Amino acid sequence: MTIRTPLTLSTIEAGAGLTEALQRDPADVRATITQSGMKGRGGAGFPTGLKWELAAKAPAPDGVRYVICNADEGEPGTFKDRVVLSEMPDLVFEGMTIAGFAIGATKGILYLRGEYIYLLDDLERCLEKRRADGLLGSDIHGTGLEFHISIFLGAGAYVCGEETALIESIEGRRGESRNRPPFPVEKGLHGAPTTVNNVETFAWTSAIFARGADWFSSIGTDRSTGPKLLSISGDVERPGVYEFPLGISIREMLEAAGGTRAKAVIVGGAAGTCVPAKDFDRAISYEDVSTGGAVIVVGPWRDLLEVAENLQWFFANESCGQCAPCRVGTVKLLDGVRDLRAGTVTAERLGDLITLGETMEFASKCGLGQAAPNVFLSMVKAFESEIKGHLVAEGSAQ
Amino acid sequence: MTTLDGAIPAEVREKNAGLIADIDDLVSIHGTERSALLPILEGLKSRRDQITDIAIQVVADRLGLTPVDVEGVVTFYHFLGTEPTGDTVIHVCRTISCALLGMDAVVKRLENVTGVSMGETTPDGKVTIDWANCIGMCDFAPAALVNREAVKEVTPDRIAEIVTEARA
Ligand SMILES: Cc1cc2nc3c(=O)[nH]c(=O)nc-3n(C[C@H](O)[C@H](O)[C@H](O)COP(=O)(O)O)c2cc1C
Ligand code: SF4
Ligand code: FES
Repeated sequence: MTIRTPLTLSTIEAGAGLTEALQRDPADVRATITQSGMKGRGGAGFPTGLKWELAAKAPAPDGVRYVICNADEGEPGTFKDRVVLSEMPDLVFEGMTIAGFAIGATKGILYLRGEYIYLLDDLERCLEKRRADGLLGSDIHGTGLEFHISIFLGAGAYVCGEETALIESIEGRRGESRNRPPFPVEKGLHGAPTTVNNVETFAWTSAIFARGADWFSSIGTDRSTGPKLLSISGDVERPGVYEFPLGISIREMLEAAGGTRAKAVIVGGAAGTCVPAKDFDRAISYEDVSTGGAVIVVGPWRDLLEVAENLQWFFANESCGQCAPCRVGTVKLLDGVRDLRAGTVTAERLGDLITLGETMEFASKCGLGQAAPNVFLSMVKAFESEIKGHLVAEGSAQ
Repeated sequence: MTTLDGAIPAEVREKNAGLIADIDDLVSIHGTERSALLPILEGLKSRRDQITDIAIQVVADRLGLTPVDVEGVVTFYHFLGTEPTGDTVIHVCRTISCALLGMDAVVKRLENVTGVSMGETTPDGKVTIDWANCIGMCDFAPAALVNREAVKEVTPDRIAEIVTEARA
């Protein structure tokens, strides 16, 4: 296990957060999360307290609500959820239980990506133990609180990390994202109000109740509170999982990981942004360079277009094909990057590719297509002269 | 439980008795709700080397769905699909961190020792080699899954060994 910094989560005792949370009422639990300032750790950065308020207050005709833990972790370059699930599964299940109490749900589902099937047995054992210890079931801690957790295994599809596609997948369908609104907090799994949160979000939930909302909000910046787990990989000496306060600069992060000579980092994975070395003073935070946790380091000797081609292939391969901007756009972008590498792209075509990317950003139905051009567009901007060096020379015949 | 209508002739049903028993067993574990579909298909794929047309029809019948519906789900997910796979399935991650750190050499060797291309199965039915997108092991790149178990920092020699073991 490549854990490279001490992890606060390793110091949180299982059970502490739940005991604390159950001494409050559900509204107070939601208020505590709001007060902590925590934003979702899965990438989109939606305030967790607000999400729970919405899910708690949305009308639930049969009184049914759901808590879903998103353990699909498909974003290229992300592996911190794997480490959390392996090292501190109790905190994840406990966070889900607290969420159930907070929104009035009695059922939780952990959606485990098919690639992590080897974690399944240990996770099931952890659930068994929690049931035996009275931390899950019909009468948690003798308080009368009911909450059950089951694990649902994915079968390999990046788009299923998108919360509405994930819900479709649990319902036994193709993982094709839904139109929103309605949002899952209003009509989620089986039409019931549902909160979908990331693995790390639930683990920090337990920590917030164990340590206090003030402790959490004292770390990080005003708008990006708390510690964040980052997955650092690529051209670095010490790849692995790191914990930093949000607001840390990219440079400090690279110093810790042994990658300061990097030419660029891709922050946020395939759906993220390409940040050039001259911008390494920028901060990892929701207000600056936002990420669910992936940091891919690109060494000084690399051809950036090789990186771009790899990521565009990924999107073309993972597009669910439901909407044309993404289905067609991801393939056209891949072709464009390949042609750029082959030196057959004119300045005019490069302009068209940029326009195509910008169109995909607003015309695609879900986050996959909307984010698919991100790395390419940010790369063209940050490395204009390098990319333009690949163009067909001005005036030369095609 | 509903019974299969006349769509499947008796002799085909007889020939596939084992398959049908497997499906009925999975249905008894996971139920007949639509949300049981993926767990049933995953269970089936781990018990058998292929999700066949007959399997799709039987699953559809048990869950009250159309075969087209079930097939749509089967073909959507990377770990399902209608193609047969070998006894050992090797998925090599082809995404960026693995690509930067030596995936190419691993795949070259893999194709070399198996004699087939990525996406194919050896003629003896023993080994399938295929791509995976990021498997969340980027800190141990290049990484692969062998029968869905992660193999870290895989080298060309290691992958050749794995193939040899699979064929033994
Ligand atoms: C294509 C795509 C893939 C996603 N994959 C994941 C994922 O693997 N894990 C995750 O937590 N969120 C993922 N998300 C974000 C989820 O839709 C959702 O915002 C998140 O699970 C909410 O949890 P949080 O608020 O705790 O971050 C993905 C989004 C998109 C568009
Ligand atoms: S943007 Fe892409 S993944 Fe999302 S619905 Fe459209 S085709 Fe599917
Ligand atoms: S890029 Fe290969 S495991 Fe993540």
